Amino acid sequence: MKKQEYIEYVESRAKKSPVLKNCCFAFLFGGSICILGQIFIDLYTMWGMEEKTAGTTASITLIFLASLLTGLGVFDNIAKIAGAGTLVPITGFSNAVTSQAIDAKSEGYVLGVGAKIFSIAGPVIVYAILSGTVYGVIYYAITAIWG
Amino acid sequence: MDVFLKYLIVFAVGGILCAIAQIIIDKTKLSPARILVIYVCSGVVLSGLGIYSHIVSFANAGATVPLLGFGHLVAQGVKEAVDTTGLLGVLTGGLRATAGGISAALIFGFLASLVFSSKPKR
Amino acid sequence: MKNPIITLLNPPKISATYSVVGHKEAEGPLGNLFNEVCDNDKFEKETWEQAESEMQLRAIKGAIKSAGLQETEIDLILAGDLLNQCVGSNYALSSIDLPFVGLYGACSTCALGLAIGSCLYNGKILDTCICATSSHFCSSERQFRFPLEYGGQRTPTSQWTTTGAGAFALGKEGTVKITEILFGKAIDKGITDISNMGAAMAPSAIDTLKRYFQNSSHSPDYFDLIVTGDLGYEGSEILKDLLLGEGVDIRKNHVDCGLMIFDREGQDAHAGGSGCGCSAVVMACDIIPNLEKGILKDVLFVGTGALMSPISVFQGSSIPAISHLVHLSRG
Repeated sequence: MKKQEYIEYVESRAKKSPVLKNCCFAFLFGGSICILGQIFIDLYTMWGMEEKTAGTTASITLIFLASLLTGLGVFDNIAKIAGAGTLVPITGFSNAVTSQAIDAKSEGYVLGVGAKIFSIAGPVIVYAILSGTVYGVIYYAITAIWG
Repeated sequence: MDVFLKYLIVFAVGGILCAIAQIIIDKTKLSPARILVIYVCSGVVLSGLGIYSHIVSFANAGATVPLLGFGHLVAQGVKEAVDTTGLLGVLTGGLRATAGGISAALIFGFLASLVFSSKPKR
Repeated sequence: MKNPIITLLNPPKISATYSVVGHKEAEGPLGNLFNEVCDNDKFEKETWEQAESEMQLRAIKGAIKSAGLQETEIDLILAGDLLNQCVGSNYALSSIDLPFVGLYGACSTCALGLAIGSCLYNGKILDTCICATSSHFCSSERQFRFPLEYGGQRTPTSQWTTTGAGAFALGKEGTVKITEILFGKAIDKGITDISNMGAAMAPSAIDTLKRYFQNSSHSPDYFDLIVTGDLGYEGSEILKDLLLGEGVDIRKNHVDCGLMIFDREGQDAHAGGSGCGCSAVVMACDIIPNLEKGILKDVLFVGTGALMSPISVFQGSSIPAISHLVHLSRG
């Protein structure tokens, strides 16, 4: 059997992930995390924070909770069911950082934790800043031309 | 009733954004890390085109909590910084706007590594 | 053409086996057959890598003890694991004062060790040796995939690395002998999905079994069992299906260690177990004891290994695999 034939054969018979079920859970968990975020935002605004600060503080609260659950060894069990539902919200970013930090601990705090803490979450920051920079240049050029 | 509707929209929009990512993960060979990169870049693009701020004012946390919101935050930060400081803002705006989240993840992650150890999995 | 099957005229016997496993394996279908279980998978060590070494050390010492041997009577230890530089074995063996050869054949290492040990015995180069392999879910996950606490989803074709170490004492005592060896070839059929190791390994098992039956006087029916290492559900189905297409029917007597060690549904192991500890502990606790008891008479053991490096896969290379065959016979 040729390579290509074999690859096609394998793909045709491999059991697929249950997309519908995964989607429902991703929807439910993802939606719930967003609601939790909204509750924090509303709570912080009620306590007198301005809108932007409340938003940032709410994000930080979610990051803290995800980090704590990761440390307690609970997050991965939730994520197993939730899939993208915990991955796509800011909680997934936090989990990627914390899980890597805990994991790298055995290699020390400088070359382990320090060097590896962003090895999973890093791409998100890199490409957010990169695309932000591209956007900034375009925006600057447009405003410079049309004023 | 208004509050209920607002929360319903938050739930629906946030949920849909996650469900779309789940479909891409399950249906394509893209790894989760790539999906997140795509999401965050899409956030920047949608924000740059002026679309995402409408979604945010409609769905609030439903649009800001998913990673698209992270991209939106970067784009918004860059835009504001360019408006106030000119070209230099291209370099300072993005990180400044997201500094809180990134630092929080870093610090909580580091603290967690002091307190916790990884556990055997079953 | 020369027959690639190595027939051992002076076959070694398996004098003793010893298996050490973690918690999840002990909860599985073979749970009460293992010699030793560690409930927290840490083996009283600080890191997962050290835990794996300790586990392999216990298996080696256990095999020496149950063979009734003194350490001074052992000529050589052949050991391997999945970690970079074989640290699982290196650190285990650094606390034993014996000559040691480190092996790497990914998950096929158990069969590879038995094969090389048998050849050395057959050539009268040594009288007694120990073959040992180990794998640990936590150290493998760290090296090959993600941090342990990372929240990811596994696909249905993914396999669960077995936490276990198995050791075998080869020598002149015993009822089960190793009579034939067939070394595998590195076969690459273009699979790049690191969550489908079964599909990456199946072509190599097919190649080895096909070559064996082409060159052997035995037919598949001659064997009570044809045991593959860790093809899991996906790989096993591919193996049986494609071998049938080649005119070799092993559907009746094929078993896979990866399917035996876990209850796939109940233990959330997806396509089954994997790792070079998987075939080692299943052979040590179940297959070889059944040969000794006379429940089985002739068994083909095909260790299957996916020679996977995360760096190569990121660079776009596909995953080569290798399968070594060992013929075990009673009496």
